[in-house]
Amino acid sequence: MTDSRDALMLGRASDGRLVRRPLSPHLQVYRPQITSILSILHRATGIVLSAGTLLLVWWLVAAARGEAAYATVSGFLRSPVGLLLLFGWTATLWYHFCSGLRHLAWDAGWGFTLPVVHRSGWTVVIAAAVLTVLTWIVAVIVI
Amino acid sequence: MAAANKIAVMRSELGRVRALGAGRAGTAHWWAQRVTAVALVPLTIWFVIDALRLAGLPRSVVAHWASHPINAALLAALVLATFHHAQLGLRVVVEDYVHGERTRMALVLLIQGAAAILCLISLIAIVRLATVV
Repeated sequence: MTDSRDALMLGRASDGRLVRRPLSPHLQVYRPQITSILSILHRATGIVLSAGTLLLVWWLVAAARGEAAYATVSGFLRSPVGLLLLFGWTATLWYHFCSGLRHLAWDAGWGFTLPVVHRSGWTVVIAAAVLTVLTWIVAVIVI
Repeated sequence: MAAANKIAVMRSELGRVRALGAGRAGTAHWWAQRVTAVALVPLTIWFVIDALRLAGLPRSVVAHWASHPINAALLAALVLATFHHAQLGLRVVVEDYVHGERTRMALVLLIQGAAAILCLISLIAIVRLATVV
């Protein structure tokens, strides 16, 4: 045994033989569905947001260092690339935020029936889109 | 039967329970992920609103904003919760997809180290920014 998790992958076939169970899930055998797509998106946005923290760190460090450094970061964030990054960051943030609330609801034991799962899934997508658009409407008004 | 039975489980059920399962950590990781998630709900809303209010304003305004103890504390809380949450989440991703004990451990340590350093940098920056004015 090379991996402690192998212990959990042992099972018995119907004739009683000890077998090594395959690792699940095998994504390629499933048709993409709202449930799986949103689950993958939650993880993907989490990874993207982790990288996005660099933007927050840069902003904080620049603000702490002085006028010149702050002017550089402000200039970058107002550039087309900066705005695109910020837009991606807000969209990703709001998706992960809404999807995270859905996960917390599941943790609390709510919303496991299939109709509710589908409804909450689409609610997350729409809510994230609305929050992103709302954030940028406010941003355009403010700036 | 005899040959197949050679797949040995070198661990009793009691041993597995005592070592808190295959993850060896019980529910501590799962729980911390949820606690930081709940904390980040109000902190994220607060930060986005205040970031929008500060957008395009000079550094002196940002420094003045950060000099308020409540803002500085909430900013520090946001940074702490964010990096702890991110580190916990990335760790699960690595544990799910990276096989091989050494590579996995190296990546997890790298992620934790990077998260800790970025968190410390942010906290020190907040303290400095809050004392500019």
